[in-house]
Amino acid sequence: MGRSPTTKDDAQALFQSLRSAYAATPTNLKIIDLYVVFAVSTAVIQVVYMAIVGSFPFNSFLSGVLSCVGTAVLAVCLRIQVNKENKEFKDLPPERAFADFVLCNLVLHLVIMNFLG
Amino acid sequence: MVGKVDAAKGGAKSLQSPASNQATSKPDLSSMSTAFSFKNLKLKTKQQELLIRVSILGLVYILAFITRLFSVLRYESMIHEFDPYFNYRTTLYLTEKGFYEFWNWFDSESWYPLGRIIGGTLYPGLMVTAAIIYWTLKFLRFAVHIREVCVLTAPFFASNTTIVAYFFGKELWDSGAGLVAAALIAICPGYISRSVAGSYDNEGVAIFALLLTFYLFVKAVNTGSLAWSLASAFGYFYMVSAWGGYVFIINLIPLYVLVLLITGRYSMRLYVAYNCMYIVGMLLAMQIRFVGFQHVQSGEHMAAMGVFFLIQVFYFLVYVKHMLNDKKLFQALLRIGVTSAVGVAAIALGVGTASGYISPWTGRFYSLLDPTYAKDHIPIIASVSEHQPTAWSSFMFDFHILLFLFPAGLYFCFKRLSDATIFIVMYGLTSMYFAGVMVRLILVATPAVCLISAIAVSATIKNLTQAIRGKNTQTMSSKGTNSSKGLSKQQASLDQTIPYLKNGATALLLGAFYLLSRYAIHCTWVTSEAYSSPSIVLAARGAHGQRIIFDDYREAYFWLRQNTPSDAKIMSWWDYGYQITAMGNRTVIVDNNTWNNTHIATVGRAMSSYEDEAYEIMRSLDVDYVLVVFGGVTGYSSDDINKFLWMVRIGGGVFPVIKEPDYLVNGEYRVDKGAAPKMLNCLMYKLCYYRFGELTTEYGKPPGYDRARGVEIGNKDVKLEYLEEAFTTSNWIVRIYKVKPPSNRW
Repeated sequence: MGRSPTTKDDAQALFQSLRSAYAATPTNLKIIDLYVVFAVSTAVIQVVYMAIVGSFPFNSFLSGVLSCVGTAVLAVCLRIQVNKENKEFKDLPPERAFADFVLCNLVLHLVIMNFLG
Repeated sequence: MVGKVDAAKGGAKSLQSPASNQATSKPDLSSMSTAFSFKNLKLKTKQQELLIRVSILGLVYILAFITRLFSVLRYESMIHEFDPYFNYRTTLYLTEKGFYEFWNWFDSESWYPLGRIIGGTLYPGLMVTAAIIYWTLKFLRFAVHIREVCVLTAPFFASNTTIVAYFFGKELWDSGAGLVAAALIAICPGYISRSVAGSYDNEGVAIFALLLTFYLFVKAVNTGSLAWSLASAFGYFYMVSAWGGYVFIINLIPLYVLVLLITGRYSMRLYVAYNCMYIVGMLLAMQIRFVGFQHVQSGEHMAAMGVFFLIQVFYFLVYVKHMLNDKKLFQALLRIGVTSAVGVAAIALGVGTASGYISPWTGRFYSLLDPTYAKDHIPIIASVSEHQPTAWSSFMFDFHILLFLFPAGLYFCFKRLSDATIFIVMYGLTSMYFAGVMVRLILVATPAVCLISAIAVSATIKNLTQAIRGKNTQTMSSKGTNSSKGLSKQQASLDQTIPYLKNGATALLLGAFYLLSRYAIHCTWVTSEAYSSPSIVLAARGAHGQRIIFDDYREAYFWLRQNTPSDAKIMSWWDYGYQITAMGNRTVIVDNNTWNNTHIATVGRAMSSYEDEAYEIMRSLDVDYVLVVFGGVTGYSSDDINKFLWMVRIGGGVFPVIKEPDYLVNGEYRVDKGAAPKMLNCLMYKLCYYRFGELTTEYGKPPGYDRARGVEIGNKDVKLEYLEEAFTTSNWIVRIYKVKPPSNRW
């Protein structure tokens, strides 16, 4: 019993400091974050729906979920590449990163359109 | 020839682009290369080096192609062995009927009466590649037959592999290692064994795709670029479409990621490379119907998915850690995060396996992890000679000096660890293990062995030449040769401390060149002697050293095509199924696509039963003709009598009436007078030795002397009741019997 308050405090302190740290993030990264959260939650909704209704056209379910997951992952990659704090990608211009992102998304969604049927 | 020169130039162009700016275009290049040859002396060192590199690469490209042409020169432009005949037949269908027909093809000519859905049960990469090459040539107004395209597909892709090997070596080490790797892989027997002209099999293009995928993935990890990662996903797609060995990629890459995570070499570049490659590659792979949903359902692919989730969690943790900058808080978070993640993953895996959603591993996969598994459980896998564990001699035969250079290369890789060298080390070690488990997987190990050995060769020779040149530049420093000054001074000081350094280095260098030249000689010899035989046409040496050709297989298949009703069903052991459908154009009961074990076991049972029982089975299967392969006259040892015990085993695995001990005497397999009575009277024995007792095969031996086994047969008076001899080829290698219709009197 003695432990639970400390864990709770920990969690609260954690949450607090995370929030304050996140406030300092540049706006364009925040937009990407929002996009990622949206994509992941769409994927979760689809999985829950599949669990309730059933996965019968399995390819449709897969393409739906993978489209969301893929979008999210690619957006995270973009976020990594345009983040100025990452020293590894210093010499990669953001335009190039965005072009790569668009290309990957294009391929991803073309394949998914083929797979939906 | 035109195509090759073009491709070499293409290589030149891509080499050119990093050195000079992007603006140099194609016509520019050709004018430049002519200029090079005329005012050679005015070239700068860098240009000279580039010229040498490109010409070496071009020569290697051509060499890789022409060294695989032995079989065409010795025999003719023909398809080899068993599986390639199926690939040839499907390619023919694809070019004649088009892609949609091919995709929906239901083949009623094999697996009678079941049939086979070809479009959904093959890897279409090879056929589509060959068809595209064919259509391109046709579009360019080259009138070639599709067979020529099929015969030359494997050498062509082997040439392309050398280019990929060059770039891979360059990415791993430096361009010198790349060149050596290209040269080594061009003539490595382990690779040639599956890519000679005429061996039109999936592996021919698959090794190219495998190496390409790995190269692009390493490139993606090194640069952290989404575009390279996407390219590697496409490479993976091509691999999946070409060969079932793609499972190796989808397990090796996650393993590599995992190792990097554990050793603390995780980087953002790795995250970008792996995630994009995995998601897009998986989606692309699902478009191949034969693979379908396996990426999310089968146990073999779960490692990749697990690592995918793991890397997300890892990324998130790193991100939060970065945000927090507080160790204690992060510890708390880590505890909560890791326990919940592990719990969720364990529950998901448990539920998935228990509910049968995630299928368990297949037999072939098990036999890779546990080499004794197949021998005990699946005779049909164990019966194929290329699934046997590898002998030491075949390692030596296929790798030669690479076998010694491999550990040396590993040493160099460990000395200069980077993300790329870790990858090649892991690829080398895992594939070496698999090569030890199965003979055919030497093929997968070959590129890794070549690359690692190339690193060893290149690094060694570089060190040695530097040692020699260090002395030279000291003595002739006034001339100012091209080696960097600081280095030469270092070498010179080294030279003073170690006596005889220059002499020793020269000796070692000569030794290295001697070894490499032995390697080249060995490879050429192996290629010409061992790997260039089509195995459908047999060659032997006569008493006076002349070459004797046995073309019995094609004789028999041609007879079938001309003399039997077009709907006749042929029963033979499954090895010959593809050839009968492709060359004889007749329906077969079983073929080399061993998808239905029971059906094969039925054939095995018929072959190992007495004639009257076999007749019942053959009637139930609607068999019109039975084809057996017999080597007793010519001494051809891989015939049906020598394969017979596998038929008994496979038949007995499904039908317990067939017992292996019935065919053995004291555990010994024999066909002479001391053979088991059931052996002497089973269908296979009768069909092989029918009328053989009248024939004198060798001077000074009694009639009925079997030259393949070196004994006089035990049952010379073979009477057939339900079958009659229809055709026997000139050297008795293939014998065809007609199944008589049921008697109409009683």
